[in-house]
Amino acid sequence: MAAKELMYGNHAIVEGVIAAGCRFFAGYPITPQNEVPEYMSIRMNEVGGVFLQTESELAAINMLFGAAATGARVMTSSSSPGISLMQEGLSYIAGSDIPVLVVNVVRGGPGLGNIAPAQSDYFQSTRGGGHGDYYTIVLAPNSAQELFEFPKLAFELAEKYRVPAVILADGLLGQIMEPIVFSFKPVDPKNLPPQDWWLTGCQGRERRVVRSYDLKPGKLEEWNWRRNERFQAIIKNEQRHEAIQCDDAEVVVVAYGTSARVSAAGIKMARDKGIKAGLFRPISLWPFPAVALNAIAKRAKNILVVEMSLGQMIEDVKLAIECRVPVYFHGRPGGGIPTTQEICDKLISLPRGAK
Amino acid sequence: MKPMFIRPKGLTSVNQRYCPGCGHGIVHRLIGELLVEMDVREKTVGIAPVGCSVFADEYFNCDMIQVPHGRACAVATGIKRARPECFVFSYQGDGDLAAIGTAETIHAAARNENISVIFINNAIYGMTGGQLAPTTLPGMKSTTSVKGRDIAKQGYPIKVVELINALDGPIYLERTTVHTPKDIIKTKKALKTAFNYQLQNKGFSLIEVLSMCPTGWGVTPVQAKKWINDVMMKYYPVGEVRNRGKEEKK
Repeated sequence: MAAKELMYGNHAIVEGVIAAGCRFFAGYPITPQNEVPEYMSIRMNEVGGVFLQTESELAAINMLFGAAATGARVMTSSSSPGISLMQEGLSYIAGSDIPVLVVNVVRGGPGLGNIAPAQSDYFQSTRGGGHGDYYTIVLAPNSAQELFEFPKLAFELAEKYRVPAVILADGLLGQIMEPIVFSFKPVDPKNLPPQDWWLTGCQGRERRVVRSYDLKPGKLEEWNWRRNERFQAIIKNEQRHEAIQCDDAEVVVVAYGTSARVSAAGIKMARDKGIKAGLFRPISLWPFPAVALNAIAKRAKNILVVEMSLGQMIEDVKLAIECRVPVYFHGRPGGGIPTTQEICDKLISLPRGAK
Repeated sequence: MKPMFIRPKGLTSVNQRYCPGCGHGIVHRLIGELLVEMDVREKTVGIAPVGCSVFADEYFNCDMIQVPHGRACAVATGIKRARPECFVFSYQGDGDLAAIGTAETIHAAARNENISVIFINNAIYGMTGGQLAPTTLPGMKSTTSVKGRDIAKQGYPIKVVELINALDGPIYLERTTVHTPKDIIKTKKALKTAFNYQLQNKGFSLIEVLSMCPTGWGVTPVQAKKWINDVMMKYYPVGEVRNRGKEEKK
């Protein structure tokens, strides 16, 4: 078995990104993810990669655009207000079919908000975020181990489908300290197979163009439809989730990230009091694991959605289960974190036998 | 028979859509010639901005990327840092470089990124129909300053090469114009100097080119050239503002 190492969540991201073969980071300081660029600046230097502290998040995402267009695995990390600034670039990147990785260590909003953990960027992340018709693949880790492992998965998915990928963490996951296992063989970026869209200079081939515009009548529509084929393939192939104790559950809690961690403990408390509760944890937020949740909803009587927001994922839950069972909500916006007791109490308070 | 005037291999066969009398075509040709003459075309990644020259990705016969408005210097940074062996140039107008992209431009210059920036200053927003630009001269009419740029309300134009000359970073800054054959030759020389510095890993060069926009200015092509000579060059003096490479040789 591989060696375990105790590590901050924000440091685990860095190790995961570098192990995934990424050698290009650009970013702008923002709390609560500053440990990412700080540690990255040291590690990129050690592995001979590029570390750029930029003048803004606008510059960071556009540096990623340029570097990724040449075939580099690239990532940036930021937190909510910074991610908002990156949406222009992300739209162009999505429109140009370029894979990049963006890590959002979400904090309380809107506006400057606060620096406490939050999940209020769900809409922004899962609905594209910028202008135009597009999606980004969104993965939601809930441990330091997943923060280490998801960058590799995110790069692979982003490159396979040529869409940007987002890892949606939060301030608590960033600051958490847990043992991680270096669970996969590090990727050597030199071994990444060259692609027919990389901009490398046109020696020995036709010139290539990366762009997101086409003004010829009907062409952009065609292009969007073609891109949609990839979105549909992602929806079909890449739904990921974890289901715990859902087989006999009368009430299924749906929660991701930190909310899922807290919910798991709340469910245990409720089970001790005789409530048959289970946890459904979406790992891919886009595509939302609708198929699996819908199947589980067929057996459950109630669903409780727990989010650190006013309720955003709940819309996807309702769409997924096609109104089979009542959907209840427990949320804490503005940087609030639900407690295990709150979740236990909520589970006990739900009406039973509705089905 | 030897043809005396052919399209350089650095340009594609696509017909450019620029207006009659526009300076873009001239500067495109100079770059297209240099890409071949300097034997860099096959390792070039060029950057097309947002503005009239957005279609530059169709015109330059090399790998090209079309980028968000104003972000060309950031994208160029990403390309050059990820693939230092590539030759990287950005081609930007005044709205792109001196308004919405001011921060990206200044910081790329401050970092002395090893890139070549070609900045077309025609004192107006061409693509969107002639609005006030950050380089529109005092008193000059635009569709958003119909009585002329009022300094009290709209402030002063930005002199880009002088502004960037305040930074320690860049290796080479020059302002040229393309309204006479002599100045076109000088512009080509300046571009070549900039490109050479990049090939020598010396860092950031920016060539500001005063360029005609008869459509945006509401004048004939001939009047546009005269206006550059009589008015624009008085506000924006041409010449070398900085050449650290030359200083090093001394």
